[in-house]
Amino acid sequence: MSTVFESIRVLLGGTPKRVAKKDLPEEVRELHAHKFADKERVEKIHIELAEKHANPPTEKRRLKRWAVLIAVNLLFVVSYHLDIQLLEGALTASRFAGFHMADLNSALQVMLAFKHVVINLVIGTVTVFILWWLLGGRTFCSWVCPYHLVAEWAEMLHLKLIDKGWAKDIQFDRRSRTWLWLVFVILAVVTGYTVYETISPTGILSRALIYGPGVALIWVSLLLLFEIFFSRRAWCRYACPIGLTYGIVGATSPFTVHYKLPNCFHEGECRKVCLVPHVLDTVLKGKAKALEVDIGADCTRCLRCVDACPTGALTFKYKGLSS
Amino acid sequence: MSKKPQKRLTPKQRERRQFLRSIALTVGVGGIALMGMVPVLGKWVQRLRPPGALKEEKFLAACIKCGQCVQVCPVEAIKLADLTDGLGVGVPHIDPRDQACDFSCDGLQCVLACPTGALIHEISFESEVDMGVARTVNLKQCLAVNGQGFKGLARGADFDGKLRYAEIDRWNPIKLADHPYDLELCDLCVRQCPIEINIAKCAAEDAQQKEGKVDLVAVRQKNECAPKHAIELQNINGVMTPVILDGCVGCGVCEMVCPVEPAVIVMDSSESRANSEGMRTL
Repeated sequence: MSTVFESIRVLLGGTPKRVAKKDLPEEVRELHAHKFADKERVEKIHIELAEKHANPPTEKRRLKRWAVLIAVNLLFVVSYHLDIQLLEGALTASRFAGFHMADLNSALQVMLAFKHVVINLVIGTVTVFILWWLLGGRTFCSWVCPYHLVAEWAEMLHLKLIDKGWAKDIQFDRRSRTWLWLVFVILAVVTGYTVYETISPTGILSRALIYGPGVALIWVSLLLLFEIFFSRRAWCRYACPIGLTYGIVGATSPFTVHYKLPNCFHEGECRKVCLVPHVLDTVLKGKAKALEVDIGADCTRCLRCVDACPTGALTFKYKGLSS
Repeated sequence: MSKKPQKRLTPKQRERRQFLRSIALTVGVGGIALMGMVPVLGKWVQRLRPPGALKEEKFLAACIKCGQCVQVCPVEAIKLADLTDGLGVGVPHIDPRDQACDFSCDGLQCVLACPTGALIHEISFESEVDMGVARTVNLKQCLAVNGQGFKGLARGADFDGKLRYAEIDRWNPIKLADHPYDLELCDLCVRQCPIEINIAKCAAEDAQQKEGKVDLVAVRQKNECAPKHAIELQNINGVMTPVILDGCVGCGVCEMVCPVEPAVIVMDSSESRANSEGMRTL
């Protein structure tokens, strides 16, 4: 239970707690002490990594994830335009084969602003809550949210510009997302309007895909430009209340990325590709509190770290299904 | 060592700057979102909302901006607003001059589709709808007022708007541009009014039943027949004039079919005849 609370604390913006060396379990201390004894192995890893950096392989899991994300969003588009009626509506609320689904953050905004909840919205919200609890919470972000996809492309450009010195990465306090989540909750209650929906790039992009583009896309473009030139993945990292909502749902999810200390050689490859590197604090040398650690609630389960890890220390698991 | 023009910040200073920067980010994003209230509070636009819509403020709050109402409308009358509507972005509305709500779905499909009750489920028939009220403007231009007839296509050959003509196809609306008229005195606004058509249909059924020909009235549902007339041509001082009556629900068909440019009848969504139990009038 304490790991869940710690995971939520970090999700809300807290700095990951570290344990003093003397308080670590015996076996963990042992491992930390002897990790680099096998010089030959370490040498080999470094050669492999140098090769990987010279010729970056295609990230197969990433491409699969993009395919899923595009497929889900296209299903909305196709359902409407070809009148298949399989997935009607937009990401904010929809019917899948007739069953109600409601985005948790949009539903929250509506409930707080309207102060009245109809049964269909309850059904849609509960359905989606269970769905994303089963699938990992922020899995919504990396596997479904259309803004996440364009932000990933913007990030690729951003990293190239950083190399050339044409862009910078201004860091913000991660608690700003929690503050914004609270700000939008309070605004919905006080003003009686769904204030966040006005600027939600997720909603705007989803509707633009289904119902056609509009000037709202200018706002989304400005966000992307800010991320490209000034701050890597700023919206998803420091602002988006949707991410926080799904993060809380996923805090107790059975689907997590799983870390195995014995396989880790602390190369730091995973943290370089991660949207939320604070969840990977445990991979830093001497920081793991146990031989195996589940990665926390803020993780979007994008699985890029699983691809990036040169030594197979990061995998994903479904509690109760796989060992 | 030469001094750098920029001072090196201590970790504490850096942390403080980051904190302030993050406060600025929070205030900035919150502020930008709040700017969405400007077009709403300033009433920049008056939108005609779909059937069953709650009172404007409640409607904007209850709508989850998903467009399911858009998807079920057979005449594609419902559109989602852009960011120019501020908080109203993604909220459905109807522009009746382009495409009015002609109730050709028969069961208020948009109401049934709404997942949040922004379109209230308590209504099922057109006479219970309460979107607004038609208003005559610039009556001097009205063909009927001028004693003129109308021949041809109400809105020209290029007009995309659709209407259901039950006598032509009970189930499928057709393009207005595929249905020419030849009228001695223009009465398009009355002739195509869905409420008036409903009243005429019910009256015809009643007459047939009286003659013992059919037993349709037995399967009639409560409220299926409109209780009040919506519009009629009245002889006012010898001039035939369209007059809006208590049964008007604001569907906008009269505005769409009016052949005069600009239309002699427009919808006013700020007014209401309180035809429905809907909260639009509360």
